Amino acid sequence: MLSRTAANLYWIARYMERAETAARLLEVGARISLLPSAQGYRNEWDSLLLAAGSSIGFRAKYGEAVPRNIESWLFFDRDNPSSVAASITSARENGRIVRTALTSQVWDALNGAFQDLRDLERQPRSGLELSRITEWTMRQCAMMRGAIDATLLRNDGYNFLNLGYYLERGDSTARLMDVKYYVLLPKIEYVGTGYDNYQWTTLLRALSSHRAFHWAYGGEVTASKIAHFLILNPQCPRSLITCVAGMNNHLGRLAKLYGQPTDLQARVAALQSQIEGLNEDMIFEEGLHEFLSRFIIETADLAAMVHETYLSGDMR
Amino acid sequence: MTAHFNEMYQNGAVRAPYARLEGWTKAMPAELRHLKQAEAEALFRRIGITFAVYGEGGDPDRLIPFDMFPRVFTAQEWARLERGIKQRARALNAFLVDVYGRGEIVRSGRIPARLVYQNDAYEKAVVGFVPPKGVYSHIVGIDLVRTGPEDFFVLEDNCRTPSGVSYMLENREIMMRMFPDLFRENRIEPVDRYPEILRRTLASVAPQKCRHDPVVVILTPGHFNSAYYEHSFLADMMGVELVEGQDLFVQGEYVYMRTTEGPKRVDVIYRRIDDAFIDPLCFRPDSMLGIPGLMDVYRSGGVSICSAPGAGVADDKAVYTYVPEMIRFYLGEEPLLMNVPTWKCAEADDLAYVLDKLGDLVVKEVHGSGGYGMLIGPTSSAAEIETFRGRILADPGNYIAQPTLALSTTPTFVEQGIAPRHVDLRPYCLVGERIELVPGGLTRVALKEGSLVVNSSQGGGVKDTWVLAE
Repeated sequence: MLSRTAANLYWIARYMERAETAARLLEVGARISLLPSAQGYRNEWDSLLLAAGSSIGFRAKYGEAVPRNIESWLFFDRDNPSSVAASITSARENGRIVRTALTSQVWDALNGAFQDLRDLERQPRSGLELSRITEWTMRQCAMMRGAIDATLLRNDGYNFLNLGYYLERGDSTARLMDVKYYVLLPKIEYVGTGYDNYQWTTLLRALSSHRAFHWAYGGEVTASKIAHFLILNPQCPRSLITCVAGMNNHLGRLAKLYGQPTDLQARVAALQSQIEGLNEDMIFEEGLHEFLSRFIIETADLAAMVHETYLSGDMR
Repeated sequence: MTAHFNEMYQNGAVRAPYARLEGWTKAMPAELRHLKQAEAEALFRRIGITFAVYGEGGDPDRLIPFDMFPRVFTAQEWARLERGIKQRARALNAFLVDVYGRGEIVRSGRIPARLVYQNDAYEKAVVGFVPPKGVYSHIVGIDLVRTGPEDFFVLEDNCRTPSGVSYMLENREIMMRMFPDLFRENRIEPVDRYPEILRRTLASVAPQKCRHDPVVVILTPGHFNSAYYEHSFLADMMGVELVEGQDLFVQGEYVYMRTTEGPKRVDVIYRRIDDAFIDPLCFRPDSMLGIPGLMDVYRSGGVSICSAPGAGVADDKAVYTYVPEMIRFYLGEEPLLMNVPTWKCAEADDLAYVLDKLGDLVVKEVHGSGGYGMLIGPTSSAAEIETFRGRILADPGNYIAQPTLALSTTPTFVEQGIAPRHVDLRPYCLVGERIELVPGGLTRVALKEGSLVVNSSQGGGVKDTWVLAE
């Protein structure tokens, strides 16, 4: 496969997952801000932008964190490269370039999302409920995944798509969890209170894992159960361990397909066994924020290695 | 006003090839027609067949208007065209091999030396090189117009990288999907073998050094190019990689593409970019689209380039006038397809005549294309004609003139129902080890009433083109 084609496929997946992350962040923010807190809504929304990694860009353009502006920024704004609109547009442009590596179902899902988006952009903002646009985004992303799983050949392109998905999703789960850190930072005494638990629940809802969590754990929602669920539990589709194992799996398939083991896969395998060796106490001992930051940096390094190994096409 | 040949109605009667279409149109009420038209448009959009127009504002993905009324040829009509087209494709390739070799046709005085050797499209870089199988132009697009039941004229030849073949294929797919009954009632020759034949043609001109099953690729300028859809469509249909310049590199005596498994050798490049851009070391140094060192590999037989660099000298509008002469000279045959009578403004007598009759003629730039830079005398104002006169006088060698042809019309769906509109035809002749032509081509239609300009950039549309089986 052409390296550039592999890169396009990998980025289609990353952008689609990124669109979903932006929508989920919006949902977390909207729910957290419904709860009366000492700081009012502002604190929650600020934390959201920090977690999205786009606080500086937002401030430069809008200044104050007004909910409406944050909605625009995270959903419609093309100045924000991680907004839903920018991500879906980039995913579709990448798809257009490698149209021939996609089935018509996958292309329909991708192009359909883009055409719908243009319709949404033409509608008056006041008529668009936040929940409608976040649900719309998640539905588009789900249709895309469904089309990929149902129709695409299990060839190297499929592995590059999935590699993109898992890498971006791991990064996204880590960032969404990290929102908690920023929200709770000013008042450490909130930890373990009802307020704290409400926020954790909100996070679960945003990850569409609320019910799954209760099935898996039952009883009280606690920080340590949630950390276990979102980081260590291989049953959770968005947990860090699931994402790392997914990357490992698809890198393994590529290595086998090409008959060429890589340093990249060795490093992902090492990361997987490292996380498998952890328990939630060890994570809180290190500090959840510190652990998540470390994971986010590791993910960035892995992304660089993916490029070097497969997407540059140089002699190895 | 000249009487235009209507391909469907003649003296109030329906001509044979269109016999079954009359009932079809009569049975289609306006609402159904609008519904079908909308369906066709939705299909085109969904498949992604748009031609991207960047930098002009508006929707970057535009559709070429598709007219559902097919254009029909009988088997006999087509057999005649096919012979003429293949003859022309052979002669054009013989000419190219000759002018980059001994130049016999120039020595014999049948074509002026300056027209060939001082032509901008003449590539000194390939003088003395004979491409595999002696083929320079592997895909010859010959633009034809019709003026009567038996009268076809060649308007121009396209020897470099004629585009539009994806429309020929997709128009057919869409028609078959929307009107399956029509295809049951009429016996229509299929065109869908084109990609397979194209692939075979390209593989048949693999370079001498290639000892394995040749790796063919299509080289595109990229996804911002207006014909990108066609490039990716053809790559997909042939099952070959669609590459950009950045995906290829030269190492040693070969060209390689960058793949996820490391470099892979490439043997045949069907390029959809101009000569000037394919190798910055040989041609334009500022080209970002090309592959440095490609021409060295090409000249040493490490890779084939289709069409071969330099092929453009054969489709120049001034050289066009000598194609009948080429056919006689190289093939010893009489031309089966006529040229449009052409006055060369470079010659004093012709120039005087052209300037005298400017209001009746069509004047074209020798190197122009896409319907730009031309004057259509009968539909131009006196002021426009005077402005053009100035341009011709400033550089006579840059212009040729032709009579305004009474282009044939075919019925076309318009707002008010069905009306005759002018059409032309571009068949795609494939030249490799063999010369092949699928029965069909791209019919372009001038959608504006009375207009003779069929270019998509100027309000033209496309139609499905049928050749009926015997």
